[in-house]
Amino acid sequence: MSAGYELRVVQQAYDGSPRRVVLDVDALTVPAGEILAVVGPSGAGKSTLLRLLNFLEPPSAGTVVFDGAVVPPNPPLSLVRRVTTVFQQPVMLTGSVWDNVAYGLRLRGLPTETAVSQVLERVGLAALARHSAAKLSGGEMQRTALARALVLAPDVLLLDEATANLDPYNVGLIESIVRDQNQTRGTTVVLVTHNVFQARRLATQAAFLLGGRLIEAGPVEPFFTSPRDPRTAAFVRGEMVY
Amino acid sequence: MLGPLPPIVWLTLYVSGVALALATLAGVPLGAALALNPFPGRRYVELVIYTGMGLPPVVVGLAVYLFLSRSGPLGGLGWLFTPPGMIVAQVIIALPVVIGLTSAAVGSVAPGLRLQVRALGAGPRQVMWAVLKEARLGVLAAIVAGFGSVISEVGAVMLVGGNIEGKTRVLTTAIVLETRKGNFELALALGAALLALALAANAVLLRLGQRARL
Repeated sequence: MSAGYELRVVQQAYDGSPRRVVLDVDALTVPAGEILAVVGPSGAGKSTLLRLLNFLEPPSAGTVVFDGAVVPPNPPLSLVRRVTTVFQQPVMLTGSVWDNVAYGLRLRGLPTETAVSQVLERVGLAALARHSAAKLSGGEMQRTALARALVLAPDVLLLDEATANLDPYNVGLIESIVRDQNQTRGTTVVLVTHNVFQARRLATQAAFLLGGRLIEAGPVEPFFTSPRDPRTAAFVRGEMVY
Repeated sequence: MLGPLPPIVWLTLYVSGVALALATLAGVPLGAALALNPFPGRRYVELVIYTGMGLPPVVVGLAVYLFLSRSGPLGGLGWLFTPPGMIVAQVIIALPVVIGLTSAAVGSVAPGLRLQVRALGAGPRQVMWAVLKEARLGVLAAIVAGFGSVISEVGAVMLVGGNIEGKTRVLTTAIVLETRKGNFELALALGAALLALALAANAVLLRLGQRARL
């Protein structure tokens, strides 16, 4: 099952002096079953956007529509559990690789045995199932984090710079798993990345954030080949220093 | 000569054990909640907790004495010069220690962990449990410190319990009494028993800590 989003006049601001507006998006659609790459320099509001999409924090203003329904300020756990995020720095829980991958299923009171075995095979970590998660390499940790997310069969998978610190082998492996997840199971994917090449390889839709504002969004090919906004053009050509 | 020792050891264990259990049951969730939930005025609450960690037991004893005395607001309970009154005093001594050190341990867990477990679908209680599990060595240290603060204190149990033989006499108050009477041999034996008790209790807690580290 897949689900999409609509963001309407969404703003996220944090208290302080002065009040800091980190995200200000008039309209953004994430179509169900697509892979949206959100690109932009550091501090553009990309991670904030993912936290909103995972319902980990409510927006300061505006409306988020998920799967056709307006998301309330305190969304029920059943709604939050339809979405999950893989972060740039995967935090491993104390225990084995198996324990980490089974964690979300246990939270939901679901059986773990078959689902965890299958997903560990998929990410190439079956042999390390009983190893301590804390002793894995960076690539293995990130694949564990991906397995921990995929085992939940989410409607939406959010990736926050999930391959930023990895070697090309692990980047390729994770990209192929994400692509397969999208194509065979219809999972909507929102991918935050600095890497325009990765965005172009993987995504069907793209969006460019700059200074918290959505500059441009649309299907991936025209986004990269003939961007409408000169700032988007500068970014995709690698001319924007960030 | 050591005839009175077993009941004194038993009462010491009973009073401090129950006080520690109550302080742990209340203090660990409160400490975790304090670390995990920012709210206006949290700094002032932390200031009170940290000040409480250094509360002189004799002052606690005096306050509890006044509350439990016949003319005090809780005089109707009839707990003055009884083990329940001593337990109340020791809970007040141990609680800030357990809350403060648990809060520090939970606060030192990587903030990314909370976000991660929430993103995996953990509800508020499951988040707290996950963080406590990651901070378990620090939480264990909080419980060990709480035990240390009550097993060795004399001022509060002396005032609230009254050091009544066979009723409220514990190791620390017995040591004071026997020293005053010049029974140094018995006082030293009581002191050795107190040390052995503290050693045994800490050995159990540290053993739990080693298992938690695995």
